[in-house]
Amino acid sequence: MARIFVYVVHKSGVPDDSAPELLAAARRIDPAQSPTALLTGCGAELEAVCGALTASCQEVWKIAGEALAYPNAELVRKALAAVVPPGSIVLVAHSHFGVDLAPGLSIRMNAAYAPDVVEIEGVTGAALKLVRQEFGGQVSAHVRCDISGGAVIGVRPGAFKPIESAPAGGQVIDKSADVGPLTAGRRYLETVVAETGAVDITKHQVLVSIGRGIQGEENVPIAEELAEAMGAAVSCSRPVVDAKWMEKSRQVGSSGKTVKPKVYMACGISGSFQHLAGLKGNPFIVAINKNPKAPIFRVADVGIVADILEFLPQLTNRIREECAVPAKGGHRS
Amino acid sequence: MEILVCAKRVPDTSENEIELDRAGTDIERDELVYSINEPDNYAVEEALQLVDRTGGTVTVTTVGAEDDEEILRREMAMGAHHAVLLSDEAFEGSDGRGNAAILKAFVQKGKYDLILTGVQADDGAAQVGGMLAAMLDYPFAALVNSIEVLDGGKLKIGREIEGGNREINEIDLPCVLSIQTGINEPRYVGMRGIRQVASREIPTFDAGDLGIDPDTVGEAGAKLERLDYFIPAMGKGAEMLEGSPEEITGKLVELLKVKGGLN
Repeated sequence: MARIFVYVVHKSGVPDDSAPELLAAARRIDPAQSPTALLTGCGAELEAVCGALTASCQEVWKIAGEALAYPNAELVRKALAAVVPPGSIVLVAHSHFGVDLAPGLSIRMNAAYAPDVVEIEGVTGAALKLVRQEFGGQVSAHVRCDISGGAVIGVRPGAFKPIESAPAGGQVIDKSADVGPLTAGRRYLETVVAETGAVDITKHQVLVSIGRGIQGEENVPIAEELAEAMGAAVSCSRPVVDAKWMEKSRQVGSSGKTVKPKVYMACGISGSFQHLAGLKGNPFIVAINKNPKAPIFRVADVGIVADILEFLPQLTNRIREECAVPAKGGHRS
Repeated sequence: MEILVCAKRVPDTSENEIELDRAGTDIERDELVYSINEPDNYAVEEALQLVDRTGGTVTVTTVGAEDDEEILRREMAMGAHHAVLLSDEAFEGSDGRGNAAILKAFVQKGKYDLILTGVQADDGAAQVGGMLAAMLDYPFAALVNSIEVLDGGKLKIGREIEGGNREINEIDLPCVLSIQTGINEPRYVGMRGIRQVASREIPTFDAGDLGIDPDTVGEAGAKLERLDYFIPAMGKGAEMLEGSPEEITGKLVELLKVKGGLN
Protein backbone atom coordinates (compact mmCIF):
# COMPACT_ATOMS: atom_id res chain seq x y z
CA MET A 1 0.00 0.00 0.00
CA ALA A 2 1.18 3.48 -0.89
CA ARG A 3 2.22 5.86 1.83
CA ILE A 4 -0.65 8.13 2.90
CA PHE A 5 -0.17 11.81 3.73
CA VAL A 6 -2.71 14.27 5.08
CA TYR A 7 -2.06 17.94 4.35
CA VAL A 8 -3.07 19.88 7.46
CA VAL A 9 -4.27 23.47 7.18
CA HIS A 10 -3.71 25.50 10.35
CA LYS A 11 -4.22 28.93 11.80
CA SER A 12 -2.76 30.58 14.89
CA GLY A 13 -0.93 27.37 15.83
CA VAL A 14 -4.09 25.23 15.80
CA PRO A 15 -4.95 22.57 13.19
CA ASP A 16 -8.10 23.18 11.14
CA ASP A 17 -11.26 21.18 12.00
CA SER A 18 -10.67 19.22 8.80
CA ALA A 19 -7.45 17.63 10.16
CA PRO A 20 -9.06 14.87 12.27
CA GLU A 21 -11.53 14.23 9.43
CA LEU A 22 -8.67 13.72 6.97
CA LEU A 23 -6.99 11.35 9.43
CA ALA A 24 -10.24 9.37 9.67
CA ALA A 25 -10.51 9.26 5.86
CA ALA A 26 -6.89 8.03 5.64
CA ARG A 27 -7.78 5.13 7.95
CA ARG A 28 -10.63 4.22 5.60
CA ILE A 29 -8.05 3.74 2.83
CA ASP A 30 -5.59 1.77 4.98
CA PRO A 31 -6.64 0.96 8.56
CA ALA A 32 -3.18 -0.48 9.31
CA GLN A 33 -1.18 2.62 8.43
CA SER A 34 -0.50 5.64 10.60
CA PRO A 35 -0.95 8.48 8.12
CA THR A 36 1.83 11.05 7.87
CA ALA A 37 0.83 14.65 8.56
CA LEU A 38 2.23 17.19 6.13
CA LEU A 39 2.47 20.85 7.14
CA THR A 40 3.77 24.07 5.66
CA GLY A 41 4.25 27.41 7.38
CA CYS A 42 6.84 29.16 9.49
CA GLY A 43 7.80 30.18 12.99
CA ALA A 44 6.38 29.26 16.38
CA GLU A 45 2.86 28.67 15.09
CA LEU A 46 4.09 25.94 12.75
CA GLU A 47 6.12 24.36 15.58
CA ALA A 48 3.05 24.36 17.84
CA VAL A 49 0.74 22.71 15.33
CA CYS A 50 3.37 20.11 14.35
CA GLY A 51 3.82 19.28 18.02
CA ALA A 52 0.07 18.88 18.49
CA LEU A 53 -0.14 16.45 15.58
CA THR A 54 2.49 14.08 16.99
CA ALA A 55 -0.33 12.87 19.25
CA SER A 56 -2.21 11.57 16.17
CA CYS A 57 0.56 10.66 13.71
CA GLN A 58 3.78 8.67 14.03
CA GLU A 59 5.42 11.05 11.58
CA VAL A 60 4.79 14.75 11.07
CA TRP A 61 6.58 16.23 8.06
CA LYS A 62 7.32 19.90 8.44
CA ILE A 63 8.18 22.29 5.61
CA ALA A 64 9.17 25.64 7.13
CA GLY A 65 9.99 28.83 5.26
CA GLU A 66 9.28 32.54 5.25
CA ALA A 67 7.67 32.21 1.82
CA LEU A 68 5.12 29.80 3.32
CA ALA A 69 4.02 32.12 6.15
CA TYR A 70 0.79 32.74 4.26
CA PRO A 71 -0.61 29.62 2.55
CA ASN A 72 -0.33 30.70 -1.09
CA ALA A 73 -1.50 27.55 -2.91
CA GLU A 74 0.98 28.17 -5.74
CA LEU A 75 3.92 27.96 -3.32
CA VAL A 76 2.45 25.19 -1.14
CA ARG A 77 1.94 23.05 -4.26
CA LYS A 78 5.61 23.39 -5.23
CA ALA A 79 6.74 22.57 -1.69
CA LEU A 80 4.56 19.45 -1.46
CA ALA A 81 5.55 18.22 -4.91
CA ALA A 82 9.20 18.50 -3.84
CA VAL A 83 8.90 16.31 -0.75
CA VAL A 84 6.11 13.78 -1.37
CA PRO A 85 7.57 10.52 -2.77
CA PRO A 86 6.19 9.32 -6.13
CA GLY A 87 3.20 7.00 -5.83
CA SER A 88 1.96 8.46 -2.53
CA ILE A 89 -1.63 9.24 -1.65
CA VAL A 90 -2.22 12.81 -0.40
CA LEU A 91 -5.46 13.80 1.32
CA VAL A 92 -6.52 17.45 1.18
CA ALA A 93 -9.73 19.08 2.45
CA HIS A 94 -12.00 20.05 -0.47
CA SER A 95 -12.24 23.62 0.79
CA HIS A 96 -11.62 27.08 -0.65
CA PHE A 97 -7.93 26.33 -0.20
CA GLY A 98 -8.13 22.72 -1.38
CA VAL A 99 -9.65 23.52 -4.77
CA ASP A 100 -6.88 26.08 -5.25
CA LEU A 101 -4.13 23.59 -4.38
CA ALA A 102 -5.13 20.03 -5.20
CA PRO A 103 -5.95 19.73 -8.95
CA GLY A 104 -2.55 21.14 -9.94
CA LEU A 105 -0.82 19.06 -7.26
CA SER A 106 -2.16 15.88 -8.87
CA ILE A 107 -0.64 16.95 -12.19
CA ARG A 108 2.73 17.80 -10.56
CA MET A 109 2.71 14.36 -8.88
CA ASN A 110 1.48 12.69 -12.08
CA ALA A 111 -1.16 11.10 -9.88
CA ALA A 112 -4.93 10.57 -10.02
CA TYR A 113 -7.23 13.22 -8.55
CA ALA A 114 -10.52 12.42 -6.85
CA PRO A 115 -12.23 15.66 -5.80
CA ASP A 116 -14.94 16.22 -3.17
CA VAL A 117 -15.05 12.65 -1.86
CA VAL A 118 -17.80 11.94 0.70
CA GLU A 119 -17.13 8.24 1.42
CA ILE A 120 -14.32 5.73 0.96
CA GLU A 121 -15.41 2.13 0.45
CA GLY A 122 -12.00 0.45 0.27
CA VAL A 123 -9.10 -0.66 -1.88
CA THR A 124 -8.94 -3.63 -4.26
CA GLY A 125 -5.51 -3.93 -5.89
CA ALA A 126 -4.81 -0.52 -7.42
CA ALA A 127 -8.48 0.52 -7.37
CA LEU A 128 -9.76 2.80 -4.63
CA LYS A 129 -13.57 2.80 -4.52
CA LEU A 130 -15.07 6.15 -3.53
CA VAL A 131 -18.39 7.94 -3.36
CA ARG A 132 -18.91 11.40 -4.82
CA GLN A 133 -22.01 13.52 -5.34
CA GLU A 134 -23.16 15.16 -8.55
CA PHE A 135 -25.89 17.55 -9.68
CA GLY A 136 -25.85 19.59 -6.50
CA GLY A 137 -26.12 16.49 -4.31
CA GLN A 138 -29.25 15.15 -5.99
CA VAL A 139 -27.48 11.88 -6.89
CA SER A 140 -24.38 10.08 -5.69
CA ALA A 141 -21.90 8.07 -7.75
CA HIS A 142 -19.49 5.24 -7.02
CA VAL A 143 -16.15 6.10 -8.53
CA ARG A 144 -13.08 3.94 -9.12
CA CYS A 145 -9.80 5.74 -8.72
CA ASP A 146 -6.60 4.20 -10.12
CA ILE A 147 -4.02 4.73 -7.36
CA SER A 148 -1.19 2.79 -9.03
CA GLY A 149 0.66 6.06 -9.69
CA GLY A 150 -0.43 7.75 -6.48
CA ALA A 151 -3.45 9.95 -5.88
CA VAL A 152 -4.64 13.24 -4.48
CA ILE A 153 -7.96 12.84 -2.68
CA GLY A 154 -10.09 15.92 -1.97
CA VAL A 155 -12.12 15.14 1.13
CA ARG A 156 -15.41 16.98 1.70
CA PRO A 157 -15.34 18.85 5.01
CA GLY A 158 -17.78 17.31 7.49
CA ALA A 159 -18.17 14.02 5.60
CA PHE A 160 -15.88 11.89 7.80
CA LYS A 161 -16.31 11.56 11.56
CA PRO A 162 -13.06 11.91 13.49
CA ILE A 163 -12.04 8.67 15.20
CA GLU A 164 -10.37 8.27 18.57
CA SER A 165 -6.99 6.62 18.37
CA ALA A 166 -4.31 5.76 20.93
CA PRO A 167 -1.65 8.49 21.32
CA ALA A 168 0.80 8.01 18.46
CA GLY A 169 3.82 9.53 20.23
CA GLY A 170 5.09 10.63 16.84
CA GLN A 171 8.07 12.71 15.81
CA VAL A 172 8.46 15.84 13.73
CA ILE A 173 10.70 15.43 10.67
CA ASP A 174 12.01 18.61 9.08
CA LYS A 175 11.79 18.40 5.28
CA SER A 176 12.44 22.10 4.67
CA ALA A 177 15.89 21.47 3.15
CA ASP A 178 14.33 19.31 0.39
CA VAL A 179 12.46 22.34 -0.93
CA GLY A 180 14.42 24.81 -3.04
CA PRO A 181 13.79 28.56 -3.13
CA LEU A 182 10.06 29.20 -3.59
CA THR A 183 8.69 31.79 -5.99
CA ALA A 184 5.42 31.89 -7.90
CA GLY A 185 3.62 33.92 -10.52
CA ARG A 186 0.97 34.73 -7.95
CA ARG A 187 1.64 36.83 -4.86
CA TYR A 188 -0.64 37.25 -1.85
CA LEU A 189 -1.38 40.90 -1.06
CA GLU A 190 -4.04 41.07 1.65
CA THR A 191 -7.26 39.66 3.05
CA VAL A 192 -10.41 41.77 2.90
CA VAL A 193 -12.78 40.87 5.73
CA ALA A 194 -16.50 40.59 4.97
CA GLU A 195 -18.83 43.35 6.12
CA THR A 196 -21.49 42.58 8.72
CA GLY A 197 -24.34 44.51 7.11
CA ALA A 198 -27.37 46.19 8.66
CA VAL A 199 -28.86 42.92 9.95
CA ASP A 200 -26.54 40.47 11.71
CA ILE A 201 -28.08 37.09 10.83
CA THR A 202 -25.69 35.32 13.22
CA LYS A 203 -27.51 36.93 16.16
CA HIS A 204 -31.00 35.68 15.29
CA GLN A 205 -32.77 32.64 16.78
CA VAL A 206 -35.15 32.22 13.87
CA LEU A 207 -34.19 32.61 10.21
CA VAL A 208 -36.42 32.65 7.15
CA SER A 209 -33.85 31.73 4.53
CA ILE A 210 -34.53 32.02 0.81
CA GLY A 211 -32.87 30.37 -2.17
CA ARG A 212 -33.19 30.29 -5.92
CA GLY A 213 -36.89 29.38 -5.50
CA ILE A 214 -37.70 33.00 -4.65
CA GLN A 215 -37.18 33.60 -8.40
CA GLY A 216 -36.75 37.36 -8.32
CA GLU A 217 -35.98 40.40 -6.21
CA GLU A 218 -39.63 41.46 -6.46
CA ASN A 219 -40.58 38.37 -4.42
CA VAL A 220 -38.22 39.01 -1.50
CA PRO A 221 -40.97 40.92 0.43
CA ILE A 222 -42.90 37.62 0.65
CA ALA A 223 -40.09 36.29 2.84
CA GLU A 224 -39.77 39.58 4.73
CA GLU A 225 -43.46 39.46 5.62
CA LEU A 226 -43.17 35.91 6.91
CA ALA A 227 -40.09 36.86 8.91
CA GLU A 228 -41.92 39.81 10.42
CA ALA A 229 -44.85 37.59 11.42
CA MET A 230 -42.46 35.07 13.00
CA GLY A 231 -40.16 37.61 14.66
CA ALA A 232 -37.35 36.31 12.45
CA ALA A 233 -34.67 37.71 10.16
CA VAL A 234 -34.30 36.95 6.46
CA SER A 235 -31.17 35.15 5.31
CA CYS A 236 -30.42 33.48 1.99
CA SER A 237 -28.32 31.04 -0.03
CA ARG A 238 -25.67 31.83 -2.59
CA PRO A 239 -27.77 32.14 -5.80
CA VAL A 240 -29.78 34.96 -4.19
CA VAL A 241 -26.58 36.92 -3.55
CA ASP A 242 -25.15 36.12 -6.99
CA ALA A 243 -28.32 37.55 -8.53
CA LYS A 244 -27.92 40.65 -6.30
CA TRP A 245 -31.39 40.15 -4.77
CA MET A 246 -29.93 40.37 -1.24
CA GLU A 247 -26.70 41.59 0.37
CA LYS A 248 -23.74 39.24 0.78
CA SER A 249 -23.99 39.75 4.57
CA ARG A 250 -27.28 37.76 4.51
CA GLN A 251 -25.71 34.65 2.96
CA VAL A 252 -25.53 31.43 5.00
CA GLY A 253 -22.79 28.99 3.95
CA SER A 254 -19.10 28.24 3.79
CA SER A 255 -18.50 31.39 1.76
CA GLY A 256 -21.02 33.37 3.80
CA LYS A 257 -21.97 33.45 7.47
CA THR A 258 -22.07 30.59 9.92
CA VAL A 259 -25.35 30.75 11.86
CA LYS A 260 -26.70 28.87 14.89
CA PRO A 261 -30.45 29.55 14.98
CA LYS A 262 -33.06 27.52 16.89
CA VAL A 263 -35.34 27.36 13.86
CA TYR A 264 -34.27 27.54 10.21
CA MET A 265 -36.87 27.90 7.47
CA ALA A 266 -35.17 26.78 4.24
CA CYS A 267 -37.41 28.23 1.53
CA GLY A 268 -36.64 27.27 -2.07
CA ILE A 269 -33.13 26.20 -1.04
CA SER A 270 -31.83 22.96 -2.58
CA GLY A 271 -29.36 22.30 0.25
CA SER A 272 -25.86 22.15 -1.21
CA PHE A 273 -23.15 21.07 1.22
CA GLN A 274 -21.58 24.52 0.98
CA HIS A 275 -24.85 26.01 2.23
CA LEU A 276 -25.32 23.44 5.00
CA ALA A 277 -21.73 24.01 6.16
CA GLY A 278 -22.89 27.41 7.43
CA LEU A 279 -25.72 25.94 9.52
CA LYS A 280 -24.55 24.86 12.97
CA GLY A 281 -26.03 24.04 16.36
CA ASN A 282 -28.55 21.43 15.14
CA PRO A 283 -31.49 23.78 14.48
CA PHE A 284 -35.06 22.64 13.78
CA ILE A 285 -35.07 22.79 9.96
CA VAL A 286 -38.24 23.30 7.95
CA ALA A 287 -37.67 22.75 4.23
CA ILE A 288 -40.08 24.07 1.62
CA ASN A 289 -39.17 23.19 -1.95
CA LYS A 290 -41.12 22.31 -5.06
CA ASN A 291 -38.58 19.63 -6.02
CA PRO A 292 -39.33 16.53 -3.89
CA LYS A 293 -35.80 15.28 -4.71
CA ALA A 294 -34.07 18.35 -3.29
CA PRO A 295 -31.19 17.29 -0.98
CA ILE A 296 -32.47 19.68 1.71
CA PHE A 297 -35.22 17.14 2.56
CA ARG A 298 -32.50 14.68 3.67
CA VAL A 299 -31.37 16.96 6.46
CA ALA A 300 -34.61 18.79 7.32
CA ASP A 301 -36.83 17.88 10.27
CA VAL A 302 -40.02 18.82 8.48
CA GLY A 303 -40.55 19.02 4.74
CA ILE A 304 -43.22 20.54 2.54
CA VAL A 305 -43.31 20.06 -1.23
CA ALA A 306 -44.65 23.40 -2.45
CA ASP A 307 -43.82 26.49 -4.47
CA ILE A 308 -42.67 29.00 -1.86
CA LEU A 309 -44.26 31.87 -3.78
CA GLU A 310 -47.65 30.31 -2.99
CA PHE A 311 -46.88 28.71 0.33
CA LEU A 312 -45.09 31.48 2.22
CA PRO A 313 -48.01 33.97 1.99
CA GLN A 314 -50.40 31.22 3.17
CA LEU A 315 -48.15 30.54 6.14
CA THR A 316 -47.78 34.24 6.91
CA ASN A 317 -51.57 34.68 6.97
CA ARG A 318 -52.02 31.62 9.16
CA ILE A 319 -49.46 32.87 11.69
CA ARG A 320 -51.04 36.34 11.74
CA GLU A 321 -54.48 34.82 12.37
CA GLU A 322 -53.31 32.45 15.09
CA CYS A 323 -50.98 34.78 16.87
CA ALA A 324 -53.02 37.96 16.26
CA VAL A 325 -50.49 40.12 18.04
CA PRO A 326 -48.76 43.13 16.58
CA ALA A 327 -45.21 42.56 15.35
CA LYS A 328 -42.72 43.36 18.07
CA GLY A 329 -40.32 46.19 17.57
CA GLY A 330 -36.65 45.32 17.30
CA HIS A 331 -37.22 41.93 15.74
CA ARG A 332 -38.05 43.16 12.33
CA SER A 333 -36.07 41.89 9.42
CA MET B 1 -5.95 40.87 -24.20
CA GLU B 2 -6.62 37.51 -25.87
CA ILE B 3 -8.92 35.48 -23.64
CA LEU B 4 -10.03 31.85 -23.86
CA VAL B 5 -13.08 30.66 -21.92
CA CYS B 6 -13.57 26.93 -21.40
CA ALA B 7 -17.23 26.07 -20.88
CA LYS B 8 -19.46 23.03 -20.48
CA ARG B 9 -23.04 22.17 -21.34
CA VAL B 10 -24.76 20.55 -18.36
CA PRO B 11 -28.21 19.43 -17.23
CA ASP B 12 -29.73 22.49 -15.56
CA THR B 13 -30.34 21.43 -11.96
CA SER B 14 -32.68 24.35 -11.34
CA GLU B 15 -34.90 23.07 -14.17
CA ASN B 16 -34.63 19.31 -13.64
CA GLU B 17 -35.35 16.71 -11.01
CA ILE B 18 -32.41 14.37 -11.53
CA GLU B 19 -33.64 10.76 -11.42
CA LEU B 20 -32.11 7.36 -12.03
CA ASP B 21 -32.90 5.47 -15.22
CA ARG B 22 -34.64 2.11 -15.18
CA ALA B 23 -31.41 0.16 -14.87
CA GLY B 24 -30.57 2.31 -11.86
CA THR B 25 -26.99 2.90 -12.94
CA ASP B 26 -27.26 6.15 -14.88
CA ILE B 27 -29.44 9.23 -14.61
CA GLU B 28 -32.52 9.50 -16.79
CA ARG B 29 -31.29 11.68 -19.62
CA ASP B 30 -34.24 11.65 -22.01
CA GLU B 31 -36.08 14.75 -20.89
CA LEU B 32 -33.30 16.75 -19.31
CA VAL B 33 -33.12 20.46 -19.98
CA TYR B 34 -29.53 21.44 -20.75
CA SER B 35 -27.89 24.84 -20.48
CA ILE B 36 -24.47 26.37 -20.10
CA ASN B 37 -22.90 25.57 -16.73
CA GLU B 38 -23.82 28.59 -14.63
CA PRO B 39 -20.30 29.58 -13.44
CA ASP B 40 -19.09 29.35 -17.07
CA ASN B 41 -21.69 31.95 -18.02
CA TYR B 42 -20.11 34.34 -15.50
CA ALA B 43 -16.67 33.51 -16.95
CA VAL B 44 -17.82 34.45 -20.46
CA GLU B 45 -19.34 37.71 -19.21
CA GLU B 46 -16.13 38.56 -17.34
CA ALA B 47 -14.05 37.91 -20.46
CA LEU B 48 -16.31 40.17 -22.53
CA GLN B 49 -16.10 42.96 -19.96
CA LEU B 50 -12.29 42.66 -19.85
CA VAL B 51 -11.88 43.00 -23.62
CA ASP B 52 -14.33 45.92 -23.56
CA ARG B 53 -11.82 47.67 -21.29
CA THR B 54 -8.51 46.49 -22.76
CA GLY B 55 -9.29 45.44 -26.33
CA GLY B 56 -8.62 41.99 -27.73
CA THR B 57 -10.86 39.03 -28.45
CA VAL B 58 -12.74 36.31 -26.59
CA THR B 59 -12.62 32.72 -27.80
CA VAL B 60 -14.92 30.10 -26.30
CA THR B 61 -14.41 26.36 -26.43
CA THR B 62 -15.84 23.16 -25.03
CA VAL B 63 -14.92 19.48 -25.08
CA GLY B 64 -17.99 17.65 -26.24
CA ALA B 65 -20.22 16.48 -29.07
CA GLU B 66 -22.41 18.13 -31.70
CA ASP B 67 -25.16 18.96 -29.18
CA ASP B 68 -22.70 21.02 -27.17
CA GLU B 69 -22.37 23.49 -30.03
CA GLU B 70 -25.52 25.23 -28.76
CA ILE B 71 -23.69 26.75 -25.78
CA LEU B 72 -20.88 27.99 -28.02
CA ARG B 73 -23.44 29.67 -30.24
CA ARG B 74 -25.10 31.18 -27.18
CA GLU B 75 -21.72 32.59 -26.08
CA MET B 76 -21.18 34.07 -29.54
CA ALA B 77 -24.59 35.69 -29.18
CA MET B 78 -23.30 37.19 -25.90
CA GLY B 79 -20.40 38.69 -27.85
CA ALA B 80 -17.63 36.08 -28.02
CA HIS B 81 -15.58 36.55 -31.19
CA HIS B 82 -14.58 32.96 -31.91
CA ALA B 83 -15.83 29.51 -30.92
CA VAL B 84 -14.23 26.11 -31.39
CA LEU B 85 -15.70 22.69 -30.57
CA LEU B 86 -13.20 20.04 -29.42
CA SER B 87 -14.77 16.75 -30.40
CA ASP B 88 -13.57 13.24 -31.07
CA GLU B 89 -14.84 9.76 -30.18
CA ALA B 90 -11.52 9.27 -28.41
CA PHE B 91 -12.43 12.08 -25.98
CA GLU B 92 -15.48 10.24 -24.59
CA GLY B 93 -15.16 9.10 -21.00
CA SER B 94 -12.37 11.57 -20.24
CA ASP B 95 -11.81 12.36 -16.58
CA GLY B 96 -10.80 15.84 -15.42
CA ARG B 97 -7.18 15.21 -16.37
CA GLY B 98 -8.22 14.04 -19.85
CA ASN B 99 -10.32 17.16 -20.42
CA ALA B 100 -7.48 19.34 -19.18
CA ALA B 101 -5.06 17.58 -21.57
CA ILE B 102 -7.42 18.21 -24.52
CA LEU B 103 -7.74 21.88 -23.56
CA LYS B 104 -3.98 22.17 -23.12
CA ALA B 105 -3.44 20.94 -26.68
CA PHE B 106 -5.93 23.54 -27.89
CA VAL B 107 -4.35 26.36 -25.87
CA GLN B 108 -0.97 25.57 -27.37
CA LYS B 109 -2.34 26.00 -30.89
CA GLY B 110 -3.13 29.65 -30.11
CA LYS B 111 -1.80 32.47 -28.00
CA TYR B 112 -3.88 33.48 -25.00
CA ASP B 113 -3.05 35.90 -22.24
CA LEU B 114 -5.80 34.70 -19.97
CA ILE B 115 -7.77 31.46 -19.69
CA LEU B 116 -11.00 31.38 -17.72
CA THR B 117 -13.16 28.46 -16.57
CA GLY B 118 -16.20 28.37 -14.33
CA VAL B 119 -15.37 27.38 -10.77
CA GLN B 120 -17.08 24.00 -11.11
CA ALA B 121 -19.61 22.13 -13.23
CA ASP B 122 -22.38 19.58 -12.65
CA ASP B 123 -19.96 17.06 -11.11
CA GLY B 124 -18.84 19.55 -8.44
CA ALA B 125 -15.21 18.62 -9.08
CA ALA B 126 -13.69 22.10 -9.55
CA GLN B 127 -10.63 20.52 -11.17
CA VAL B 128 -10.05 21.28 -14.86
CA GLY B 129 -8.75 24.85 -14.49
CA GLY B 130 -6.16 23.94 -11.87
CA MET B 131 -5.02 20.92 -13.87
CA LEU B 132 -4.78 22.91 -17.10
CA ALA B 133 -2.67 25.57 -15.38
CA ALA B 134 -0.28 22.96 -13.98
CA MET B 135 0.04 21.29 -17.40
CA LEU B 136 0.84 24.66 -19.01
CA ASP B 137 3.01 25.73 -16.06
CA TYR B 138 0.90 28.90 -15.75
CA PRO B 139 -0.07 30.44 -12.41
CA PHE B 140 -3.60 29.60 -11.25
CA ALA B 141 -6.19 30.94 -8.85
CA ALA B 142 -9.52 29.32 -7.94
CA LEU B 143 -12.79 30.99 -6.89
CA VAL B 144 -11.95 34.36 -8.41
CA ASN B 145 -14.61 37.01 -7.77
CA SER B 146 -12.88 40.18 -8.98
CA ILE B 147 -10.37 41.01 -11.71
CA GLU B 148 -8.53 44.28 -12.19
CA VAL B 149 -6.00 44.70 -15.03
CA LEU B 150 -2.65 46.13 -13.88
CA ASP B 151 0.20 47.46 -15.98
CA GLY B 152 3.09 45.19 -16.86
CA GLY B 153 1.22 41.99 -17.75
CA LYS B 154 -0.36 41.44 -14.38
CA LEU B 155 -3.83 41.21 -12.82
CA LYS B 156 -5.05 42.05 -9.35
CA ILE B 157 -7.58 39.39 -8.42
CA GLY B 158 -9.86 38.67 -5.48
CA ARG B 159 -10.47 35.07 -4.39
CA GLU B 160 -13.42 33.98 -2.31
CA ILE B 161 -12.32 32.35 0.95
CA GLU B 162 -14.08 31.25 4.13
CA GLY B 163 -16.74 33.37 5.78
CA GLY B 164 -17.28 35.68 2.81
CA ASN B 165 -13.77 37.10 3.20
CA ARG B 166 -11.69 37.85 0.12
CA GLU B 167 -8.04 37.10 -0.54
CA ILE B 168 -6.37 39.64 -2.83
CA ASN B 169 -3.51 38.47 -5.04
CA GLU B 170 -1.36 39.77 -7.85
CA ILE B 171 -0.96 37.25 -10.67
CA ASP B 172 1.25 37.25 -13.78
CA LEU B 173 -0.14 36.72 -17.28
CA PRO B 174 -0.57 34.32 -18.91
CA CYS B 175 -2.58 32.58 -16.20
CA VAL B 176 -5.65 30.42 -15.60
CA LEU B 177 -8.46 31.58 -13.33
CA SER B 178 -11.58 29.72 -12.19
CA ILE B 179 -14.45 32.18 -11.95
CA GLN B 180 -16.95 32.17 -9.07
CA THR B 181 -20.61 32.99 -9.61
CA GLY B 182 -21.65 36.52 -8.67
CA ILE B 183 -18.51 38.20 -10.07
CA ASN B 184 -20.68 40.17 -12.52
CA GLU B 185 -24.20 40.26 -13.94
CA PRO B 186 -24.21 38.14 -17.11
CA ARG B 187 -26.02 39.81 -19.99
CA TYR B 188 -29.30 38.43 -21.24
CA VAL B 189 -29.30 36.44 -24.46
CA GLY B 190 -32.58 36.18 -26.33
CA MET B 191 -33.60 33.98 -29.21
CA ARG B 192 -33.06 36.92 -31.52
CA GLY B 193 -29.42 37.21 -30.51
CA ILE B 194 -28.88 33.51 -31.07
CA ARG B 195 -30.53 33.70 -34.52
CA GLN B 196 -28.13 36.47 -35.49
CA VAL B 197 -25.15 34.16 -35.01
CA ALA B 198 -26.87 31.06 -36.42
CA SER B 199 -24.83 31.08 -39.61
CA ARG B 200 -21.45 31.74 -37.98
CA GLU B 201 -19.01 28.90 -38.49
CA ILE B 202 -17.92 26.90 -35.45
CA PRO B 203 -14.90 24.80 -36.41
CA THR B 204 -14.42 21.37 -34.86
CA PHE B 205 -10.97 20.15 -33.82
CA ASP B 206 -10.44 16.42 -33.34
CA ALA B 207 -7.58 14.47 -31.75
CA GLY B 208 -5.59 14.60 -34.98
CA ASP B 209 -6.00 18.37 -35.34
CA LEU B 210 -4.84 18.80 -31.76
CA GLY B 211 -1.98 16.30 -31.98
CA ILE B 212 -3.38 14.24 -29.12
CA ASP B 213 -2.52 10.57 -28.69
CA PRO B 214 -5.99 8.96 -28.30
CA ASP B 215 -4.67 6.55 -25.65
CA THR B 216 -3.88 9.42 -23.27
CA VAL B 217 -7.43 10.80 -23.12
CA GLY B 218 -10.98 9.46 -22.99
CA GLU B 219 -11.74 6.22 -21.21
CA ALA B 220 -8.31 4.84 -22.13
CA GLY B 221 -6.43 7.55 -20.26
CA ALA B 222 -8.80 8.03 -17.35
CA LYS B 223 -7.58 7.43 -13.81
CA LEU B 224 -11.05 8.13 -12.45
CA GLU B 225 -14.05 6.16 -13.65
CA ARG B 226 -17.68 6.50 -12.60
CA LEU B 227 -19.12 3.05 -11.90
CA ASP B 228 -22.76 3.95 -11.34
CA TYR B 229 -25.15 6.53 -9.97
CA PHE B 230 -27.33 5.94 -6.93
CA ILE B 231 -29.69 7.90 -4.72
CA PRO B 232 -28.02 8.66 -1.40
CA ALA B 233 -29.67 7.37 1.76
CA MET B 234 -32.21 9.75 3.26
CA GLY B 235 -30.46 9.93 6.64
CA LYS B 236 -33.14 10.54 9.21
CA GLY B 237 -35.15 12.25 6.50
CA ALA B 238 -37.74 14.96 6.94
CA GLU B 239 -41.25 14.35 8.21
CA MET B 240 -43.22 15.38 5.13
CA LEU B 241 -46.32 17.47 5.82
CA GLU B 242 -49.13 16.70 3.38
CA GLY B 243 -52.73 17.69 2.87
CA SER B 244 -54.53 20.88 1.94
CA PRO B 245 -52.73 24.22 2.43
CA GLU B 246 -54.89 24.80 5.55
CA GLU B 247 -53.90 21.44 7.01
CA ILE B 248 -50.22 21.93 6.24
CA THR B 249 -49.98 25.49 7.59
CA GLY B 250 -51.96 24.40 10.67
CA LYS B 251 -49.56 21.53 11.44
CA LEU B 252 -46.54 23.71 10.73
CA VAL B 253 -47.67 26.54 13.01
CA GLU B 254 -48.17 24.05 15.86
CA LEU B 255 -44.65 22.67 15.33
CA LEU B 256 -43.14 26.15 15.13
CA LYS B 257 -44.79 27.12 18.42
CA VAL B 258 -43.26 24.09 20.14
CA LYS B 259 -39.80 24.65 18.63
CA GLY B 260 -39.63 28.36 19.43
CA GLY B 261 -40.10 29.51 15.85
CA LEU B 262 -42.76 32.10 16.63
CA ASN B 263 -41.67 35.08 18.67
